[in-house]
Amino acid sequence: MSAVPSPVAPPRRGSPPLLEADRLSKRFGNFLALDDVSLRVEPGRVHALLGENGAGKSTLVKCIMGYLTPDAGRIRLGDREVLPKSPRHAQSLGIGMVYQHFTLVPNMTVRENLVLSRPRLPFVVDWATERAALASFLARMPFQVDLEAPVRSLSAGEKQKIEILKQLYLESRVVILDEPTSVLTPAEADHVLSMLHQMARAGEISVVLITHKFREVTQFADEVTVLRRGRKVGHGGVGDLTPSAMADMMMGGASKSSSLPPSARSSEHEAPADERDRGTDEGAIGHARVLIDDLHAEDDLGVPALRGVTLEVRSGEIVGVAAIAGNGQEELVEVLAGQRMKTAGTVTVSGAEYEPKRAIMRALNVRCLPEEPLRNACVPTMSVADNMALRVFDEPRYTAMGWLLSRKKIAQTATTLVGEYGIRAPSIHTPIGRLSGGNVQRAVLARELEGKVDVLIAANPCMGLDFAAVAEIHARIRAARDRGAAVLLVSADLDEILALATRILVMSEGRIVYEAPLEGAEPAVIGKYMAGHGAHVAPDERHASS
Amino acid sequence: MTSTRPAAGDGAGRFSASVEAAAVPLLGLAVSFALFGVFVAVAGANVGDVYYQMVRGSFGSWFSFQNTLVRAAPLMLTALCTALPAQVGLVVIGGEGALVLGALASVIAAHALGGANPWVVLFAMAGAGCVVGGAWIAAVGALRTLRGANETISSLLLNYIAIGVFKHVVEGPLRDPASLNKPSTRPIGEANALGAIPGLDVHWGLVYGLIGCLAAYVLMRRSAFGFAAKVIGGNARAAQLGGLAVSKIVIVTCALGGAAAGLAGMAEVAAVHGTANASIIVGYGYTGILVAFLARQHPLAIVPVAVLIGGVGASGGLLQRAEHLPDATVNVLQGILFVVILAIETLRGRLATFLPRARVTSESAPNPAAKAACSKAA
Repeated sequence: MSAVPSPVAPPRRGSPPLLEADRLSKRFGNFLALDDVSLRVEPGRVHALLGENGAGKSTLVKCIMGYLTPDAGRIRLGDREVLPKSPRHAQSLGIGMVYQHFTLVPNMTVRENLVLSRPRLPFVVDWATERAALASFLARMPFQVDLEAPVRSLSAGEKQKIEILKQLYLESRVVILDEPTSVLTPAEADHVLSMLHQMARAGEISVVLITHKFREVTQFADEVTVLRRGRKVGHGGVGDLTPSAMADMMMGGASKSSSLPPSARSSEHEAPADERDRGTDEGAIGHARVLIDDLHAEDDLGVPALRGVTLEVRSGEIVGVAAIAGNGQEELVEVLAGQRMKTAGTVTVSGAEYEPKRAIMRALNVRCLPEEPLRNACVPTMSVADNMALRVFDEPRYTAMGWLLSRKKIAQTATTLVGEYGIRAPSIHTPIGRLSGGNVQRAVLARELEGKVDVLIAANPCMGLDFAAVAEIHARIRAARDRGAAVLLVSADLDEILALATRILVMSEGRIVYEAPLEGAEPAVIGKYMAGHGAHVAPDERHASS
Repeated sequence: MTSTRPAAGDGAGRFSASVEAAAVPLLGLAVSFALFGVFVAVAGANVGDVYYQMVRGSFGSWFSFQNTLVRAAPLMLTALCTALPAQVGLVVIGGEGALVLGALASVIAAHALGGANPWVVLFAMAGAGCVVGGAWIAAVGALRTLRGANETISSLLLNYIAIGVFKHVVEGPLRDPASLNKPSTRPIGEANALGAIPGLDVHWGLVYGLIGCLAAYVLMRRSAFGFAAKVIGGNARAAQLGGLAVSKIVIVTCALGGAAAGLAGMAEVAAVHGTANASIIVGYGYTGILVAFLARQHPLAIVPVAVLIGGVGASGGLLQRAEHLPDATVNVLQGILFVVILAIETLRGRLATFLPRARVTSESAPNPAAKAACSKAA
């Protein structure tokens, strides 16, 4: 490309360097967020990094970008080893990142934003020179933008393009994009991604694309690396992998399908026999306990997130809702938990209309185990004992004269539950925010499962927990089911759903789009529906190998 | 050491936490008095003498201590107007407005009941002060929880409205034609005055303040209602999960705080001024904010802090006479105190001495996703 020499963007120096992350590991406390993961980004290629929330994608790129220092492993750029100490350092090495959320100043123009992003700015900016330099820079770019437009006036897709442009302006040769399309419309997403694809083709940049959308991977990436629970579970050329194979690797149902050689997959733990106990025992399942009818709700931005969810949960069964993040399952749980208003629809529990109010929750014995319990179900500054009393503190047995709290009874109950659930805490008076994730989850579980439970709503109950805690929490949920509770389990982890659920529903774009058969639920088929490819599943494939 | 429990680590942790809770405001006090010393030195006074006169003017004699208590009484109640909403996580600074409207309402109640039994009149005055002050701050809570309006701004602006309404009524419809230089309402009458506590020269408003703080403590730290309020203040999402009536509890808590400030206004009218006029508007509501923050919003800690700050106010006259400093000098001290206390609050949890050792490791564990989001946002 014949470039006009300019102070900001000198001519390109050949193809971008090879970026190699070699066996990176990162541990947070006793949680292994990244376990021996390698990533090789070939020059001029689009490399997709696929995985569910918490799979370690962000940790991996944060190590590369210098936000985090890996505990083990090396990073190589071109032929030399680098260890980015900060994002700015990484930037100076030519590794740039486009974040999920915009980092532009809305009240400034595109031109001002671009110039502002430079690491070293003169005290007085010579705008005439900058304007000329930017014009010549833009002339070499594959797409045009209005430099004088205030960023505020741009659409999300245009802003995302400016973010990418900014990376090129800063001369990044390896550009990492963290779910760049999550804020874009499908058309905008296609446009932005095809643009990146072309720039990679032209040898301008290499791209690391973090995503959990298969469509983007199959259409725009060359290579894919799949992470799951902090480990690399798959890698290959995009042409060699079908979406369902990727879904399998990403969600974990991989042990059954075989679109990859075994060596490409990590050694998933083999679930013991009772781990697979899905409670399909005929007769144990009772009448319909929860009826959700045509439920609608909006997300925080006012965009419809639930578009008519209808489902039923009977007592003594676990209904698993499988969905990829952002398809309405968080909102579904929030509506049931009282953390979000529904806009339409009804929820009936045990024949009575359900509203998430204290008296009704108590009368109908509805309990909830939301994801991120510290954020959603606990008061981090209050003690373990107080947090365990959240559901019951105003019941007669914990109060004198109907209003005076009995600290002693609260402490007694907490002591009993701490023993029963094996919660490791310095004392029941320790603020719950100081406990480890597993112990917070155990404490919430103990609180929510105390007494009679008719309905249990659980969302990603094991996210970020170690294996022992997972097994224990699964056993507790099963025990609740065996005592007759109707359990609605929302999880991003297909393994978890396969292990626990009696019936499996798949949610996509705010609706239930598929119900897997009671027996022989096929991970590949479920994965396709989760990925929004449900319509393309051939009928014969649905019934294959049941 | 107060902690002799077997769970030594935690006991020590709680002990050090409560030491920290006291140490931070005390450090703030020390820094403030040092800065104030610089100020009076610049103003040309002898720093040692100033402090001597301040102690003498506030706690030095039985007379001056009673003066201090008279000033502390309304501060206890107006501090509750900030400290109670703080339990549900709101920063309300509307005590001044609730106080003046409470005062106005109590005067109106006294006039309405004319020659009734003084007990009935006083009861009605207190009731009117509480109801009007309570409704005023309840409106702040309702605006916040139902409409999302920032409670600090709305309560601040409502102060101006309240003072405007007060002046309009006192200087207009309710003005006593006999009050020539200082527009006032008709007096409530000697018979209806709130008297002194037997054996003291301090009016019963002090007892209102003490009872108010004690009741607030019992309600907020010992009752089921207070537990619910604390959950809301700590994490509203968890409160929603528990099905708590978040809006109702927020509004009721605000109303209680406003009722306390309204009661302070009633006591000022019934015990000190005998009428409603601009003398009521001397900033007890604003000083109450300072008291509440110094007491770290703890209802019982408000009592000693109110006495301390009341003492600062009481010493103003003596400073003027003995040191020839302007009367407003103590306001400078109050201002310094406020700024220093707010600034020094940011030290909380950062003083290495008070950090529990285990915290560093356990905090990094739980939620990589949330941490990731944090650093991403940064």
